[in-house]
Amino acid sequence: MLTLLGVSFVALLALSALGASGRAPRLMFLGSAAAISGLGLVGFLGLPATSLGFGPPWAPAQIAVDALGGWFLIILALVAVPSCLFAAASPPPPRAEGAAFPLFLAGMALTLIAADGFTLLLGFEVMSLASWSLIAARHAAGVGRRAARLYLAFAAFSGICLIGAVALLAGSGLGFAAMRGAPPEGWRAAGVLVLVLLGAGSKAGLVPFHVWLPLAHPAAATPVSALMSGAMVKIALYMMIRLLFDLGGASQPAWWGLPLIALGVVTALIGALRANLERDTKSILACSTLENMGLMTAALGLALVYRGADLLPLASVALAAALLHALNHAGFKTLLFLCMGAVYSLAGSRDPDRLGGLIHRMPWVAGCAMLGALSAAALPPLSGFASEWLLLQALIQGFRVSDMSVQLIAAVSLAVVGMAMGLAAAAMVRLVGLVFLGRPRMPRGAGAPDASGLMRAALLLPAGLTLLLGPLAAVALGGLDGPIRQVLGAQAAAPRFGLELALGDGGSRYMPGLVALLLLLVIGAVFWLVRRRSPLAPSHGPAWDCGFMPPPPHLPFGDPLSQVSAQGLAQPIRRSLGHLAIAPREALVSQPPGAAAPATLRVGGRDRGLTRFLYPLARACRALAREAELLRGLSLRFYLSLTFGTLILLLALVAVLERG
Amino acid sequence: MGGFLTQLLHVALMLAAAPLLVGVVRWLKSRLLGRRGAHPMQPWRDLLKLLRKRPVLADGASLISRAAPYLALGATLLAAALVPSFAFGMALAPMADLLLIGGLLALARVALALNGHDAGTPFGGLGAAREMTFAVFAEPALLVCVMVFAVLIGSTNLNAIGHGLADGQMGWRVSLLFALVALTAVALAENARVPVDNPATHLELTMVHEAMLLEASGRHLALWEMQAALKLLVWLGLLAALFLPFGTAAPGSGPFAWVLGLLLWVAKIGLLALALAVFESAIAKMRVLRVPEFLGAALMLALLAAALIFVSTGLA
Repeated sequence: MLTLLGVSFVALLALSALGASGRAPRLMFLGSAAAISGLGLVGFLGLPATSLGFGPPWAPAQIAVDALGGWFLIILALVAVPSCLFAAASPPPPRAEGAAFPLFLAGMALTLIAADGFTLLLGFEVMSLASWSLIAARHAAGVGRRAARLYLAFAAFSGICLIGAVALLAGSGLGFAAMRGAPPEGWRAAGVLVLVLLGAGSKAGLVPFHVWLPLAHPAAATPVSALMSGAMVKIALYMMIRLLFDLGGASQPAWWGLPLIALGVVTALIGALRANLERDTKSILACSTLENMGLMTAALGLALVYRGADLLPLASVALAAALLHALNHAGFKTLLFLCMGAVYSLAGSRDPDRLGGLIHRMPWVAGCAMLGALSAAALPPLSGFASEWLLLQALIQGFRVSDMSVQLIAAVSLAVVGMAMGLAAAAMVRLVGLVFLGRPRMPRGAGAPDASGLMRAALLLPAGLTLLLGPLAAVALGGLDGPIRQVLGAQAAAPRFGLELALGDGGSRYMPGLVALLLLLVIGAVFWLVRRRSPLAPSHGPAWDCGFMPPPPHLPFGDPLSQVSAQGLAQPIRRSLGHLAIAPREALVSQPPGAAAPATLRVGGRDRGLTRFLYPLARACRALAREAELLRGLSLRFYLSLTFGTLILLLALVAVLERG
Repeated sequence: MGGFLTQLLHVALMLAAAPLLVGVVRWLKSRLLGRRGAHPMQPWRDLLKLLRKRPVLADGASLISRAAPYLALGATLLAAALVPSFAFGMALAPMADLLLIGGLLALARVALALNGHDAGTPFGGLGAAREMTFAVFAEPALLVCVMVFAVLIGSTNLNAIGHGLADGQMGWRVSLLFALVALTAVALAENARVPVDNPATHLELTMVHEAMLLEASGRHLALWEMQAALKLLVWLGLLAALFLPFGTAAPGSGPFAWVLGLLLWVAKIGLLALALAVFESAIAKMRVLRVPEFLGAALMLALLAAALIFVSTGLA
């Protein structure tokens, strides 16, 4: 195992050098796919803790692939392989991207196999920097470059917070075993919680640190977007589980979960809401990633609450919901990103108002995207429903905690999660409806070819995974026994019973395989019965459209203005809920009666995270800098007194510390 | 064996009764408005007539227009098979999880919305956007109501809930009344009834449900009509099973209990249909943009029900 691991890492480093040279990009991506699938195999088989011979002298690097790390390593491989294939099918990338791509994969894998704090942070930082350079490589200037800079700032912030969290945990050594032996208590524990929430939370895109994610994820090349949305945010989730559950110790109080639940459900709502308002296919998907990360974080919070309240079976339901959803989300989000990337490269646009009707020209891409969208909309019997069913059950069972405030929080969270799920379904219908259904809005889309060859294979891999994970959710849950035992203790087990998802004996059950089978059976029976009575083949004719007049001959696809637009579809949600997520701006220019000029309505908005959090912060920073600048104009007298005052203060501090 | 038999009888009953229910509601509304009204069997006759006709697809329509009606009807029929009518303990009873029923209805809703998008006509897209927006508010209210029942019974399985409530250990609770009001509002919105949508109107700018079906014809329209009728029956059956679970045959009981349960079920559904007709005749349709407020009030009531039940179970 260690050999395979070592070979894979060395291969990734060598491929990075190859990518930097700019030669044989296809070989580089295919090699990365092979190396990362080797790492996925290691994740499947596991690896006992091993001390490597290098690293800082006080803490030699240690690696291990335990059940938890292995689960995420498998997720990483499942996202990375189709992404690499898609990249190999795309035009050659810039050289900086070729160099950073394998490093990005290696960084994520290193974070997952690390068994000491230093290696963990090293991997995390490599991942952050490599992903930044992947965005920056595509944008020398402009909006993309600004998104990359914003991302870099947030990545640095998250790194600093996580270094602090690891430092607080590492009271007796940097190795994970030493950290587990001395779990933090008192203010140190609270500090770990806050720092992990800030550090991993800003990587995962939790409110209010979410503003970078819908800008940065879509700015990268498609395979990189898929990796960032499908895998990198999961690394943040892994950090939360590793630092809060595993290294934080089992005896932390139940209230630890409450901030996670609150941040999670708010993020889910904001993300799903923004997914309905965006006008860029990849931004819609990035916002949907926010929603899913929110759901997973809320599930983690629930698991912490239940663990603190000694309700171990429920804690395992909540944890299973988070971990299973991580896998399901990796499947359908990769699929959706790659589909939208295929649409971008073949039909030439990411703006839904320039696409439409692509199902006729790209049946493969449309079919894959619809599968992913229906799964993301959490519809039975597809994969998203299984994990969200577990999350909803975990929330509903919140009444079993005897504390009434927790019960109320569970009820309100349930309502918010329900709303987020409804919004996610609306966003997915909007995306699919705009891009693939209806009539073409631009001639380019009307002549687009379907994905073929390697690109089609890259789409079919995650599509097959998503298709399998739906009815076979219980099988995937079986793989979760290990991680759940590792995190929650030996008595815990994944909430399943044979091929069913079950909450203990006599509790609620969901049988995904049976539901899929029955659904097929019922649809088949209905089809057979109806077609026996109604055998006539359908004929084609112009759309009825309530008697709207047919388009003139120079508009072969009908009047594009009479088809609903992205903003038009968003209108009901924007008017009823939009102000929660964005500060809306509407500019209506109406014309007097009889004027020939068209009336125009422009709608837009800025994220509340920007207007309420980032802009005031920037303003405060500038104001502080201005105040600090005033110091430079002072006279020598003031300087001397300032120096003297500082000296006195420091001496006083030393005196106080000496006494205490 | 009894479980399979009741399940088959139940599915047949659902299929037969759904269009009849729509006909009865229409007839009752007509009588309340002082008209004679069409025969209650009229929806059945319409369905059979539509099946004979050749479907016409719009020029921009894709495979979705042809597949979505089957998917929606299949999902709704599976949901209908899970909601008990005259007997508990049918073969699929262990599957009858309220969240799954909600999920199947959501699947049908998404199929309907995709159908609305398919032809690329403005009304279809408009209806789809509105339908999905209403669901955003209806779903949380439904989920919180499910939680209320889970607190009372300890399970989200419809059979367990109906059985537990029919045993009468729970007694009447104020929170159940709130949950009833909330679920009724959700049911009205999900079935596109007044005050959310008007099933009788074809005025383009106000409609939601019909807007997505404008391009459907022939057997596709028949499937959609059947799906809408079945969905109405599912929701009324759900309300009956949750709030009036009395008299439903226990698992393993014989044909006599089934007949009794069937008679009572017909009476319950008839009562709910009458209530629906009276309510629809007495109230006006509200503006589309007011619907989120209407459903938001339902959500608040559901949350209030949950809070009350936490207080009462906490004190008990």
